[in-house]
Amino acid sequence: MVDVLTGTFTVKTGHAQMLKGGVIMDVVNREQAEIAAESGAVAVMALERVPADIRADGGVARMTDPGIIQEIMNAVSIPVMAKCRIGHFVEAQVLEAIGVDYIDESEVLTPADEVHHVWKHEFNVPFVCGCRNLGEALRRISEGATMIRTKGEAGTGDVVEAVTHMRAVQDAIRKLQTMPDDELVVEARDLQVSLDLLMQTKEQGRLPVVNFAAGGVATPADAALMMQLGADGVFVGSGIFKSGNPVERGHAIVQAVTHYNDPKIIAEVSKGLGEAMVGISARSIPEKDLLAPRSL
Amino acid sequence: MEVGVLAVQGDFAEHIATLKGLGVEAREVKLPQHLDSVEGLIIPGGESTTLSRLMTLYDLREPVRSMAAKGMALWGTCAGMIMLAMEITEEDPVPLGLMDIGVHRNAYGRQVDSFEQDLSVPCFGSEPFHGVFIRAPMVNRLGEGVEVLASLPDGEPVAVQQDNLMATSFHPELTNDPRFHRHFLDLVPVVAN
Repeated sequence: MVDVLTGTFTVKTGHAQMLKGGVIMDVVNREQAEIAAESGAVAVMALERVPADIRADGGVARMTDPGIIQEIMNAVSIPVMAKCRIGHFVEAQVLEAIGVDYIDESEVLTPADEVHHVWKHEFNVPFVCGCRNLGEALRRISEGATMIRTKGEAGTGDVVEAVTHMRAVQDAIRKLQTMPDDELVVEARDLQVSLDLLMQTKEQGRLPVVNFAAGGVATPADAALMMQLGADGVFVGSGIFKSGNPVERGHAIVQAVTHYNDPKIIAEVSKGLGEAMVGISARSIPEKDLLAPRSL
Repeated sequence: MEVGVLAVQGDFAEHIATLKGLGVEAREVKLPQHLDSVEGLIIPGGESTTLSRLMTLYDLREPVRSMAAKGMALWGTCAGMIMLAMEITEEDPVPLGLMDIGVHRNAYGRQVDSFEQDLSVPCFGSEPFHGVFIRAPMVNRLGEGVEVLASLPDGEPVAVQQDNLMATSFHPELTNDPRFHRHFLDLVPVVAN
């Protein structure tokens, strides 16, 4: 009898590898999911409210109604992701039970645990988690995340935090590559990460799992910027369905991610897209209302 | 010899790394002009609906079809297998219609059902090949002249070849085993003349 293995690190990270060079779009219903698939999204994130609305509404943001998620799963053939609150392992169990393809343990929802994240190793379904720097990324991987996204500041349409976090991760990896091995133990201590993972990151010269950019991407040029900074792909949350022309904008962002090194194509797809989402400057948000610092 | 890897979306970098490890020049193919110098092409894993749309949008379908018809070696992994098929069970994506197989997308289930399993590949000898299946497609029709290179224990074909065309429903590029890449490269010289 040949062993059949499911829920392995390889199939979890491998699924994220298949999403590379693609755009994952937030959708709140069946119609939006179909538009996202039609515009070339590699996956959708099924939500009750996009981050811009979560931010505007305030209150406690929780996992989406499983019925809504299932409706979206039935509507499209591309992978469907869904968010659980940080540390809320029962929401994660529920999402696994309905068969979502990836769980985002997300700071966009109100954290359920201010100390611990979900122990993701024991799930068959893979997890993506946010990070602002290399330490956060490697801690999430230690807990079993098999895909990382830089956090940015969701629901703003302001790309500045996405850039800050991507640069922080990339800079830390570049620093690691020139660091002598005898300094790695201290570096691991400072970053609060395992030495093994740190050595692996140094050796590979990149995060050991796929790393997407997220949080504030609103235009094709924003998306290409994140790709040129080293992202493997892009999450677009509120940026598409809070804009004037979601179909065209979604389609344009998909093309900008594929051709991120070709400014002529980015120029072409950026024409006539209408209003981008209104946006709020991430710097104008009071510290207590920022989403990114919610989990460390 | 230069081999192209369709690079509009998906795990093309993994294929390129494996090819380079074998000492082969590999290039990303995002636009039709990138096909000019290639003697073989790999369509990687990815999201087949996305690959299909971007191939249409950037006029890659016809050149790939005509080059394959003239004998260019062409290999599709997972989403790439879907693109090579003659027909699929859904309306979307639209395959290239090159290999005489029918394919059912995501037939093994969703991501929680993705699996790893050792495969017997008779043309590689007795050493099994480690198959990594991610939301994998299933071959549900085999045309005449399509050779089965590997099957699951229940007999479902997962690696198939028809002359210069090869398709695998799993991902050799996610392993460190280059035997399928070597097998593919063996199909390339046919093109050279």
